[in-house]
Amino acid sequence: MLKLNVNGKIHQVDVEPDMPLLWVLRDHMGLLGTKYGCGVAVCGACTVHLDGAPVRSCVMPASAAVGKKVVTIEGLGKGGVHRLQEAWIEHEVPQCGYCQTGMIMSAAALLATKPKPTDADIDEAMSNLCRCGTYTRVREAIHAVAAKPATKKA
Amino acid sequence: MKIDRREFIKASAALGGGLSLEFSFPLAAMAARGLPATEVNAWVVIHPDDRVVVRIARSEMGQGTYTALAQLVAEELDCDWARVSSEFASPNEHIRRKRIWGSMSTGGSQGVRSSQDYVRRAGAAARVMLVNAAAARWGVPAADCTVERGLISHGPSRRSLRYGEVAAEAAKLEPPKAVTLRDPKDWKIAGKSMKRFDIPDKVMGKPVFGVDVVLPGMLHASIAQCPVFGGKLKSVDSASAEKMRGVKKVVRETDFVAVVADNWWRADQALQKLRIEWDEGGNGNASTESIMAMLREGLADPKLPSAKRLGDADAALATAVKVVEAEYFSPYINHATMEPQTCTAWLKPEGFLEVWTSTQNAEASMATAAETAGLPLEKVEVHKMMLGGGFGRRGAPQDFVRQGVLIAKSMPGTPVKMMWSRAEDMQHGYYRPASVVRMKAGLDAQGTVTAMRVGIACPSILAILRPEGIDKGIDFSAVRTLNDMPYAIPNQQVDYAMRNGHVPVGFWRAPGLQNAYYRECFIDELAVAAGKDPLEYRLAMLKPGDKNRLVLEAVAKAANWGAPLAPGVHRGIAVSDGFGSYTAMVAEVSVSATGELKAHRLVLAIDSGHVVNPDTCRAQAEGNIAFMLGATLYQENNVKNGRMVESNFHEFRLLGISQMPKVETVLVPTGGFWGGHGEPGALCVAPALCNAIFAATGKRIRSLPLKYHDLRRA
Repeated sequence: MLKLNVNGKIHQVDVEPDMPLLWVLRDHMGLLGTKYGCGVAVCGACTVHLDGAPVRSCVMPASAAVGKKVVTIEGLGKGGVHRLQEAWIEHEVPQCGYCQTGMIMSAAALLATKPKPTDADIDEAMSNLCRCGTYTRVREAIHAVAAKPATKKA
Repeated sequence: MKIDRREFIKASAALGGGLSLEFSFPLAAMAARGLPATEVNAWVVIHPDDRVVVRIARSEMGQGTYTALAQLVAEELDCDWARVSSEFASPNEHIRRKRIWGSMSTGGSQGVRSSQDYVRRAGAAARVMLVNAAAARWGVPAADCTVERGLISHGPSRRSLRYGEVAAEAAKLEPPKAVTLRDPKDWKIAGKSMKRFDIPDKVMGKPVFGVDVVLPGMLHASIAQCPVFGGKLKSVDSASAEKMRGVKKVVRETDFVAVVADNWWRADQALQKLRIEWDEGGNGNASTESIMAMLREGLADPKLPSAKRLGDADAALATAVKVVEAEYFSPYINHATMEPQTCTAWLKPEGFLEVWTSTQNAEASMATAAETAGLPLEKVEVHKMMLGGGFGRRGAPQDFVRQGVLIAKSMPGTPVKMMWSRAEDMQHGYYRPASVVRMKAGLDAQGTVTAMRVGIACPSILAILRPEGIDKGIDFSAVRTLNDMPYAIPNQQVDYAMRNGHVPVGFWRAPGLQNAYYRECFIDELAVAAGKDPLEYRLAMLKPGDKNRLVLEAVAKAANWGAPLAPGVHRGIAVSDGFGSYTAMVAEVSVSATGELKAHRLVLAIDSGHVVNPDTCRAQAEGNIAFMLGATLYQENNVKNGRMVESNFHEFRLLGISQMPKVETVLVPTGGFWGGHGEPGALCVAPALCNAIFAATGKRIRSLPLKYHDLRRA
């Protein structure tokens, strides 16, 4: 049994310690917003926060998340809509949308450390891959959020 | 049918959802809200509170058809856009109602352009029926009634009724025999950048994709297919795999093995432990080199069929003042959709099969599912999920549906969700064909092209996916753009060598677009040989009024062609029509002393006749550019020992955010026709980029990907 704190809730899951966190989230907790893309930590579709830092959950053993706080796209807005999600809707960022939850998780982690990121900061932090080519709008949406005064909400 | 749906919804609700009801279970979802909604016609459903639901037959993979078609229906219906939503039409119902929704196929940039007429007519017909119903209730002539945003008014008596109040009566009326469609210049809903309906759920991480399906008691499957295309399963030792935790079954089929387990990771882990022996068939020695040799042999064949003959190309070449010759090459490229191929299937005890999948063609999915299960179409339902990318992979080939249904068939009564691993997806595609093209042109003393002879060696997509489409040895998708050039060249011959090999090929975004790369780079070579400006050179070969000419002029103006650029920055230009639209592009690049390429700005002009949603069209332009930059810079799939070499994104590189250039899209719709947007924006990327590289370095790029070229100035 592993005890995991996901989106502020404690879950007891009976899984192998080396099962990647991604599959615990998707197949055991029904948190389907986090996606499988490559399984080798390249594409970033599986990005979640571990104690606030962005991690590729497809290669992270579930046991490594024990005692830490996991946040997924479902918990990012704390029950509401995160300002990045609002910006993503406003700027019509997604096309197919499959990579976008990971993209948003990476962007949220970036803004948490750099509230006013430069283009270079975005290039460095946003290693997520998008096959549809939404990068122009990803950048615009991040800058738009950074330009707005931060609210208490998220 | 109804029982199945209700049962499912109960089960699904008990599990805390897992599926967005709006997408998959429209009728039940409506009933669940209490008041019955009325189907005015197959496309238009109206709720008593005036909400309008538009049924969409095409698939949604981010291209925006799910919203754009609703805009067209709503435009003619004249309702309040704020109250409109979409839902997918049920493929099973489609079959039972004699294919009432037209085509469900979603490819070739056809989603809007080949259904615009009938969906607009459906919207207009519904409006007429609603007005007639109101007029009948009031006992006044319908001609005295007016409509605005879903409110029907009778001016003389100052009465009005909402659509929701008369929908039930309207549905009982005869549909009008003829309707008049609005002039696009009067559009209020169509032609505007309405927000896409599918975006909020995607941003919130709602389970909308094929891989997100959750069903009661559902199991998961990971599969392995013979690494050599066309091979068969010989034997499997599954002893150790079957002992692994969560493993329920090892499914053996003629050409694949699947492990079914209680979660996907366990299924995949056990799959790795199988000891599989394959009968590789006769292709275990094929390689990229042997395929190149096959293509070159094709070009040397003296008896090739011609895809075009105009004048006498050989005679004109013999008397030309100057002859320019070049050979170009493009590799196989995978679609690499971010969501791997997936299919969930559930063979119910009562002999009904339900399938959930990310498909570009629900009818093709239905047909494959029914055939595989040995059931009539009426006993099958395909639930159309949002696609995590399509690009042509999930349309004509329905291999994943066949596999999903075979697995479900081996476990009747149990729903099984099959998903391919990334490696499986990378190595079992229907690849963009590799091709070799030789071009030879003759110029006169003024540098004008008098003759062009082209040889194309390229595996045939139709031979694999639609053999009946081959016409006298010609696959149109292998020769297009070269056999239908808009340029005034009096003598032309285009020959086609169909050399198929064993690698499955398929429709990859803008099928045949390699030919735009070849043609437009070669035209650039000719302009250089003639000592002419590449824009002027092209314009001189295009007839007045040709829309290729119009987009060239538009892109040149937008990119300020001819004006000085920042030091070290150079331009390239290209033009191509395709998928109903006309496009031209200017690329601005620089190449550093160490050979590092940077694409600074790409300007795309596109004439699609009409534009239904400008923002979505711009998004498609941006997407096409990113997709093609990745392909041009990095992507290839190589063959060794009969199998694909590249296995994941570390070897098959996608464009990243830092490489994304500034994109400027100039929409120049000239009206009078309906062109596509999903693919045309891809056509000019490789040639505009490579022509700019030539301007920057003097190096002519005749093979892709670019990663193999040393771009340091010669």
